[in-house]
Amino acid sequence: MTTKVDARGLSCPQPALMTRNAVRATEAGPIEVLVDTETSRDNCARIARREGWTVAVSEEGGGYRLVLSK
Amino acid sequence: MKRFFATRWGPITAGAVIGVLAPLLVFFGNPKNMGVCVACFERDIAGALGLHRNPVVQYIRPEIIGFVLGALIAALIFREFRPRGGSAPLARFLLGMFAMIGSLVFLGCPWRALLRLAGGDLNALLGLAGLALGIGIGVLLLRNGFTLGRANPAPAVMGWLMPGLMGGLLLLAIFQPIFGDGLAIFQSEKGPGSLYAPLLISLAVGLVIGFLAQRTRFCTMGSLRDVILMGDTHLIGGIGALVIVALVTNLVLGAATGTAYVNFSFVGQPVAHSSHLWNFGGMVLAGLAFALAGGCPGRQLFMSGEGDGDAAVFVLGMITGAALAHNFNLAGAPDTVTEGVLAQVGGPSIYGQVAVLIGLVFCLVLGLTARLRLKEVKK
Repeated sequence: MTTKVDARGLSCPQPALMTRNAVRATEAGPIEVLVDTETSRDNCARIARREGWTVAVSEEGGGYRLVLSK
Repeated sequence: MKRFFATRWGPITAGAVIGVLAPLLVFFGNPKNMGVCVACFERDIAGALGLHRNPVVQYIRPEIIGFVLGALIAALIFREFRPRGGSAPLARFLLGMFAMIGSLVFLGCPWRALLRLAGGDLNALLGLAGLALGIGIGVLLLRNGFTLGRANPAPAVMGWLMPGLMGGLLLLAIFQPIFGDGLAIFQSEKGPGSLYAPLLISLAVGLVIGFLAQRTRFCTMGSLRDVILMGDTHLIGGIGALVIVALVTNLVLGAATGTAYVNFSFVGQPVAHSSHLWNFGGMVLAGLAFALAGGCPGRQLFMSGEGDGDAAVFVLGMITGAALAHNFNLAGAPDTVTEGVLAQVGGPSIYGQVAVLIGLVFCLVLGLTARLRLKEVKK
């Protein structure tokens, strides 16, 4: 089961905060995070890595899809 | 290089560069401890356009124009120009207005608070403490589910509106037209508005800072917020670097010119007052408003250069707030110092004090009631 986080269009720090809440609430993932700015992409990836997750980034529909796994 | 700016050395580099350039702008003519101040400079622009008529704070500050255009250039080069908007514009406008009123009660934005500290102005400590408390309250509201809702992608032209406005301001700054007897464009003949570095230097510094800050996401409010909210120290090196480098640059400039750039005291500080309660209280309001809007005033300018129409609305709210602050006597008055002795402690009038309280109530009501369920969806 994939947890989906749609943080597109949200201001700082909500994408990062949602990502952190998702990784803390999930045992093993995967978690899919959608964002639409480079700032959010970098922030969410940084937070996830700090929590011990690996992050794969791909471009999607003018934004980014982050797949977090552990 | 692209990676470097994304590391924690990015914000540190931006802070250090601002720490060198801001005191140099003072050397070239800007007011003391005000090499760069987003709030003060937007206030000066409001004055130059005649939105307020305080004769000592009227000048089209090219630094502000440079911030937006520098961020625009960086965003275009690195393909990060993303026109967007539509996330609670009126709420953002009002947050910008109250953020400006709080900043002008203190007499400076977070950037200037750091630069004032680097010039020895100990009143800045009260301001920074207030800023931290305001951001802390904002963090509680964010944890509680506060959101201004989503922005949507917009047609390219929307992203060009704010840079276009700045281009227009630049033309007014260059040509200084007078639209009639006693009418705009206004230009201070005394006071802080009459002190400025040459236009090209100010503009160039603004462009450099705008470019660097867009690349590194430099944000004074975000630095503190991320530490309080998530223990994330990515940004905070930037404000540490800014203070330390600005202090060293001030000391070097002082030694080189024989004029003191650093003077540790509460009293007799340039464009400042020593009303501790209101230095603190003004910045509680500003910090809370910045936290709810998602960026310090500098960051809002940089985001508007990236095409963020909501950030641009916040900036226009700040400029309107500056006009109200001077038309309604809300801004803090500097201390009166006669022959080196403190004659009268400055600070805001009773109107300014009430405005801060109204702003706090507004931010708290908005923060407690603007909530949406944005939880992740399992599939």
